[in-house]
Amino acid sequence: MKPAKKTQDSKQNVLQLIQSRVEAIKQAILEKKHPELAIPLRNLSNVEYSSQGFFEIKDKVKIRRLTAATAKTFAQTLRMIALSKQLLNQVDIATKREVYYVSKNWGDVRFNEQPESDAVMDDIEAMFRVNREQLGFIPEEDGAAIVGDLKVIDKNPLTGEEEVIDCKKMGSGGWNIPNSVERLQFEPGKVDIILAIETSSMYQRLAYHRWWKKSKALLASLRGVPSRATRRFLRRLNEEHGIPVVVFTDGDPYGWLNIYRTLKVGSGNAAHINKYFCVPKARFIGITAKDIIEYELPTHPLKEQDFKRIDDGLKNDPFVKHYKEWQQELKQLKKLKKRAEQQALASKGLNYVMSNYLPEKLSDEKKWLP
Amino acid sequence: MDAQNQKVLGEKALELASKQRVISVAEFFEKNRHLLGFDNPRRALLTVVKEAVDNALDACEEAGILPEIIVEIHQLAEDRYRVIVEDNGPGIVKQQIPHIFARLLYGSKFHKLSQSRGQQGIGISAAVLYAQLTTGKATKITSKIANDKAHFYELMIDTAHNKPLITAESAVEWSKQHGTRIEMDIQASYMKGLQSVDEYLKQTAIVNPHATIIYLNPKQEQFIFQRVVEELPKPPKEIKPHILGVELGALMKMLQHSSQRTLKSFLTENFSRLGSNTAIEICKEAKIDYNVNPKTLTRDDCERILKAVKHVKIKAPPTDCLSPITAEQLEKGLRKEIDAEFFTAVSRQPSVYRGNPFIVEVAVAYGGNQPSDKQARLLRFANRVPLLYQQGACALTKAVTSVNWKSYGLQQPSGSLPVGPLTIAVHIASVWVPFVSESKDAIASYPEIIQEVRLALQEVGRRLALYIRKKHRVKEELKKRSYIEKYIPHIAESIGEILELQPEQVQVLKQDLFEILEKTRKPVEELKQENPEFDEEFAKIGIEEPSKGEDHEAS
Repeated sequence: MKPAKKTQDSKQNVLQLIQSRVEAIKQAILEKKHPELAIPLRNLSNVEYSSQGFFEIKDKVKIRRLTAATAKTFAQTLRMIALSKQLLNQVDIATKREVYYVSKNWGDVRFNEQPESDAVMDDIEAMFRVNREQLGFIPEEDGAAIVGDLKVIDKNPLTGEEEVIDCKKMGSGGWNIPNSVERLQFEPGKVDIILAIETSSMYQRLAYHRWWKKSKALLASLRGVPSRATRRFLRRLNEEHGIPVVVFTDGDPYGWLNIYRTLKVGSGNAAHINKYFCVPKARFIGITAKDIIEYELPTHPLKEQDFKRIDDGLKNDPFVKHYKEWQQELKQLKKLKKRAEQQALASKGLNYVMSNYLPEKLSDEKKWLP
Repeated sequence: MDAQNQKVLGEKALELASKQRVISVAEFFEKNRHLLGFDNPRRALLTVVKEAVDNALDACEEAGILPEIIVEIHQLAEDRYRVIVEDNGPGIVKQQIPHIFARLLYGSKFHKLSQSRGQQGIGISAAVLYAQLTTGKATKITSKIANDKAHFYELMIDTAHNKPLITAESAVEWSKQHGTRIEMDIQASYMKGLQSVDEYLKQTAIVNPHATIIYLNPKQEQFIFQRVVEELPKPPKEIKPHILGVELGALMKMLQHSSQRTLKSFLTENFSRLGSNTAIEICKEAKIDYNVNPKTLTRDDCERILKAVKHVKIKAPPTDCLSPITAEQLEKGLRKEIDAEFFTAVSRQPSVYRGNPFIVEVAVAYGGNQPSDKQARLLRFANRVPLLYQQGACALTKAVTSVNWKSYGLQQPSGSLPVGPLTIAVHIASVWVPFVSESKDAIASYPEIIQEVRLALQEVGRRLALYIRKKHRVKEELKKRSYIEKYIPHIAESIGEILELQPEQVQVLKQDLFEILEKTRKPVEELKQENPEFDEEFAKIGIEEPSKGEDHEAS
């Protein structure tokens, strides 16, 4: 299927969804009934860890019934749907921030802060069960930085001209994954594995030493919780080119649950689109609770919010509930009352991570976590 | 200790003894004028006016005369003022004039228990002493009783002996039928504001609606606080002390001066609500023969009696001796002063602290043009006298801060007055108001008093909460209605845009939407907000004015 055709289909599909949903609202009004919007609930209570390896949304919905109290949000939702339709018809896009500014023309229903408009956008996305890019909205967040033996073929959207990016020639820096990765094509070179790294300081150490050459790994700097585009990018390399993805984070509940878990199975908030925006086959190489002990890493005490996140994960996270290994990890960390950063490896020598830690970890799959 | 040392110490004691002598009350106050409210020139002016006006009101009420009081303050020099207070009271018998005005602790109210403004017989003579100390001038008194000539005196106080010093006297003609006029020159300073004479007289007018006060301030502005009630308050009754409020020393003194033959009759005749059965019971409990001559009782006997009364059930003192302002009058007073939306007032049933009956009244004014981000304003009154100083030390304030105003819909930083558009007036009437000091600014913290004030505040608080909640509901309802007005057109227009509808179709959607949303709404409750009794000119009195530019004066 050609990308252009796919886009065209998706556009018609979304326009139809909009038409039928709004038509239903109109009918309700003409029948003198309170119109309603049904929006799927987007949190961990409404997802399950599916057999295909990602968080799949269940069928809990919140009904937004039009009353005096909900009138403003109701109007905003409809205004934004109208904007989406306009964007799709004009083959244009708007970033989340731009949408927020467009609302300034809406008079009394304008948004006061961007989080308000982002929330309405998320609602619409979930309501139609589509990705916001399909509605014409794009995030402004950057994708991850990439370095390694990979050629990316992009297309100039204005001229249609092909542009080839050689990710080997990024010096000590990296190539930034764009907002939308669907139009990209890949030509991997000598790449055996993709190493997704939580912090940019760890990424920079490896990139500076051109460690990707020696290890035949493609390096990706996640910079915290990976964006949708990053997740999609890694997913495509993993699925279309069969390159395994491993994740390297700090040894703490944030690194494990917020970063790794979101990358692997998606999030509660984006549950309606997790199917495409996660890497179910990703594996975790460190830092584990066991590493903290075995490598005798310098640590910091766990904070109150860390304990909370551990308890919440054990209690509510379907992913944790599915894997004994992760339950054990979390429990062990709770017992240690400690966390360790990736950079803690520097206590053994600045380049210890390249000379010892990563080679030891990468060479032994038994040490990886699901 | 050796002999030499002993001798030195003995000599020292003799030396000290040569310096030890009686201090007259007048001399004591000469050195401790702050105790009487003369600590600074501004406050001194207020205290002088206050003492004279309190006396004038007391005199009129005791004689059953509707008070008409003239107050004038004239500036003589930068820090020198002449204060004149004139009343239409019954006048003072000639021989008594020097004693009343020029002798400290001389008065008619200390030895009886009856609700009145003055208590100790210090106030006005302290003012005379203050005048004498700061300007060296005698105080001029003119007083006339009905069918007699007026008598004029110029008085000073012989501080060493606490006796009047008459510097001039004569019989004079006075057009008034009866009344008293006092004129004194004092060192003072005049300013407007919350602790000013203007404010004091205004508040006095609020709680004394039966009095007319004609006031000329040093700026030559005249205010007439017109009488609004043509009836005197119910005259307070004099009562005997209650035995539960008597201290050991006082009891011993009373026994010494008693004329009764037996202890039983001493008890029944000197104390309120104490019948012969109760007297016998007390004596039994104290293990003293009730037929014994009261003069023969020892200190130990007295102590046993006071211990015994705690175990015997004694009737509470009568409470009909009190003359409250009444909730209605107190609220009326606030209505005149404050342009608020909601008023309410409570008069409690009489209660008793240490054998003294008292009654608490509270009124509040909420909303209107009062600032909502500031602490509530607290007006304190005791026996119809405004208390302007020492708010923090007063039991009435403590009672207000101890109430949880948050549960009535107001903000309240912990341990403080509530914050909000609120004025609280608290009045306590008692046969003996327990002030913390002679300057009579703050009321002592008896738990019974604090409790009564709290109960009154809680009652007005509950009423206030009902209003605040109602106001909130109405505001919410109006807000929701405005939401409908505001947002419905957007909903209809967006639908029109998405479905590419004609303008007429959008109009139909709008109409339908209004219908759907309006039909589920209840009618808006009514909030009465007018206060026709508000008197803007009155409210302005006492308020500090911003300093005016010169050109302002010229125009």
